Amino acid sequence: MKPAKFEYLRAESIDQVVQALDQGDGETIVLAGGQTLMPMLAMRLARPAMVVDINHVAELSGVEILNEVEGDGELVIMACTRQAEALASPLIQEHAPLLSKAIAFVGHRQTRNRGTVGGSLAHADPASEIPLAALALDAWVSLRSVAGTRRLPLADYFHGPMMTARAENEILLSLHIPRAPGTRGAGFHEVSERRGDFAVVAAAAVIGVDERGVCDHAALAIGGADGRPRRIGAVEDKLRGQRLDSVAIAGQLSEIGAALAPGADQHAGAAYRLRVARVLAERALLEALAEAGP
Amino acid sequence: MNNFDIRATINDVPHRASVEPRLSLLDFLRDDIGLGGTHMGCEHGVCGACSVLLDGVPIRACLMLAVQADGCRITTVEGLCNDDGTPGLLQDAFIEAHGMQCGYCTPGMLISAQALLAENDEPTLAEIKDAIGGNLCRCTGYVQIIESIQLAARRLREAAR
Ligand code: FES
Ligand code: FES
Repeated sequence: MKPAKFEYLRAESIDQVVQALDQGDGETIVLAGGQTLMPMLAMRLARPAMVVDINHVAELSGVEILNEVEGDGELVIMACTRQAEALASPLIQEHAPLLSKAIAFVGHRQTRNRGTVGGSLAHADPASEIPLAALALDAWVSLRSVAGTRRLPLADYFHGPMMTARAENEILLSLHIPRAPGTRGAGFHEVSERRGDFAVVAAAAVIGVDERGVCDHAALAIGGADGRPRRIGAVEDKLRGQRLDSVAIAGQLSEIGAALAPGADQHAGAAYRLRVARVLAERALLEALAEAGP
Repeated sequence: MNNFDIRATINDVPHRASVEPRLSLLDFLRDDIGLGGTHMGCEHGVCGACSVLLDGVPIRACLMLAVQADGCRITTVEGLCNDDGTPGLLQDAFIEAHGMQCGYCTPGMLISAQALLAENDEPTLAEIKDAIGGNLCRCTGYVQIIESIQLAARRLREAAR
């Protein structure tokens, strides 16, 4: 339970991080909050030659609104922003309430005080809350290497369990959430063994309703029921353009199963996950609808 | 592999040390500094027995490297005692309300409770449960731990009056 030996670099700038990653030959690993990496080091599931500590890179933490033009623009959360900071951030509460709701389910105080938003996205556990909420919010990530910065929509970023599009020489820089017009409601529900544990299954939903009371935006994402968080486009399409109530929502959920391929583990079987996915989707959508209001 | 020189203030005492990068803050506190009050349970971030305050907020010492504590202020369970070494108010409440059996989880419980009471001396049951949600206890069934924290909160309020 003790890590193997490694070299340690306390980085002071993003440039220093990407240079270390570039020279690292895949043997260099980024240490952010450590809530996932430290156990992996202790169990020697990770044996990097070099650990680059990004906790002192000031430009990697913080939350702000960028490119603001007439209410447009995006909410930017830098990767090393602590989950506890994000949870308390008024900007996130105002512009991405779904993310605030999701982070309330992430771990415990002790882990949120160290764990980072970028760490959750980089680790990409298929049941974890921050990736799921971000996916439902049509978010992007920025990845930086010595060659430059690229932006990827989350739909293209998650590849599978703990697998993402990030290359070994890239650092996950930031999460970008487009600002939505009007008022949208957000809903987040999950089933876990105890509060703060990893979700067995989780659902995130965003609903927008126009002045006539017709749904003009619907996003539904399910985590823990596939190798990566999944948007349920078939359900979203059916909800859009409708006057929504509990009956209308319940009637459109039959297609959820077709979009998911749940696995089985010690926590739950595949059939259970599908059933729970549907129940949680309904709760998340109803919560979002109640908040959206016409 | 180079060692790193670090400075940290632990329970209000400044310390300097030379540490190997792979040394956890938990091992550093226990083995190098000699503060055995912080317990080692799982060593991979599950049980909360290793909780300490880092610059005033609770964290898990097994999930941080000692080298990362450079420049930080750390409070361990020993730091919750009165200046003369007798049990502090919170520790006293745990003794009185039987907030421990084997005592393995106790340092972590005390640190979590301390962090809670520092910002809220009138916590609800739900807030107490949330505050100790990251701490496992295999003995008590938690009820007496919660009662201990409630007792400490009451005494804090009385003392403030
Ligand atoms: S020893 Fe740190 S959480 Fe268990
Ligand atoms: S008193 Fe034994 S583990 Fe809590």
